[in-house]
Amino acid sequence: MIDLTTPLGDEILSLRAGDRITLSGIVYTARDEAHLRMQEEGIPFDPRGAVVYHCGPVVAGERIIAAGPTTSARMDSLTKFLIDAGVRGIIGKGGMGGGVVNLLQGKAVYLAFTGGCAALAASRMCLKGVHFPELGMAEAVWVIDVDHLPLVVGIDAYGNDLFGRVREEAKAQCQARFHTL
Amino acid sequence: MHHPDDPALLTAVADATADALAEAEVRLPDDIERAIRSAYGRERNPVARGEFENILANIELARKGRSLICQDTGIPVVYLTLPPNVPYTRALEEALARGVRIATEKIPLRPNTVDPCTRKNTGDNTGPGIPAIRVRPGERLTVTVLPKGAGSENVSRIGMLLPTRTSEVKQFVVETVALAGGKPCPPVILGVGIGSTFDGVAALSKEALLLPIDTMDPFEQELCDAVNALGIGPMGLGGDITALAVKVKKGACHTASLPVAVNVQCWACRRATRVVEVRK
Repeated sequence: MIDLTTPLGDEILSLRAGDRITLSGIVYTARDEAHLRMQEEGIPFDPRGAVVYHCGPVVAGERIIAAGPTTSARMDSLTKFLIDAGVRGIIGKGGMGGGVVNLLQGKAVYLAFTGGCAALAASRMCLKGVHFPELGMAEAVWVIDVDHLPLVVGIDAYGNDLFGRVREEAKAQCQARFHTL
Repeated sequence: MHHPDDPALLTAVADATADALAEAEVRLPDDIERAIRSAYGRERNPVARGEFENILANIELARKGRSLICQDTGIPVVYLTLPPNVPYTRALEEALARGVRIATEKIPLRPNTVDPCTRKNTGDNTGPGIPAIRVRPGERLTVTVLPKGAGSENVSRIGMLLPTRTSEVKQFVVETVALAGGKPCPPVILGVGIGSTFDGVAALSKEALLLPIDTMDPFEQELCDAVNALGIGPMGLGGDITALAVKVKKGACHTASLPVAVNVQCWACRRATRVVEVRK
């Protein structure tokens, strides 16, 4: 297990798809609406070395009570400006397509957090602030301090995509068996 | 016959609905947890084992802290059985909706219910046709909730196969999972409907998710093994276990039809039942 702390630097270049890591430090949640807003109005935090978490948490007062990952593929076409600005880590579930694998090369990694594990995530989080609260609870950008969040490197900075590989193998299995797909 | 608008009964139904949701959202049913533990025991891929460890830690944290298993608290689906002396009325439907509103505010649940075209959120997880309600005759008045997340519902499929191609049912099931990959948060449970009508088969496939998953008949096991041969694994990161179980429900159908539906359910198969006592 490799322990990483934000902001991330060149240490991410030593990660490979399939590595299990933990992440500590500040992460910023962002879903569809927040991506659109940041693209138009600018990123409200220092993006250099930052980690963006695809998550729409349930927040009660000052506390995060549930914060599992949402499906990252929805943000495929909304990711380039973040990487260009210096974001070096994206956390989510299900992996990303639409050229994101190429976008990350030499610059950033995609980290998978176990889908549905909202209580586990919340147990390792401390709420620090919020940007764009008017977008509503699920779509706002929440500033969260995380403590040893357990993650898997899904896509590394060298074009290796664990999700893509698994998907291709499943497709090949299906083809061999039923001659379709 | 009970007066259909008996306020005490309606309140009891609303409370039972809210109670069942409160239970389902924080505590996974025993059969589901047993299946996840058993799957963890059989999984050999180290990344997949790590995913199982996270899932098991999450289940325990949610149960002990009475906190939400998943932040996608789902769209409310309610299965109702009514004894002979309780009629199904609009007031009863409204009592179920009231239970959903109470749960949304008290637990609290994430407001997920929106208008399909304007996408405007109703704010309380109810709306036209939601909660989705299925009614069956029974001996007692029971309220079973099955809150369903979007990730797995979105990759569910329905097919009208050629009636001569019964052997393609298996292919349809396996293809559904292959196309879904990691999106539905595997390890999944598959509810498979075979037969009935276009609308009926979709209902059957979801009802199959209410069946305990401790046992599978030989056909269900065959489907489950074929799905696991895909190697998609927990969260689509690769592994031995893609499906925890497959459950099948059949209905008779037109001689010229073969409807098949696969309702994909993420590992967090949240369901709970409450019995409402009815005066004789």
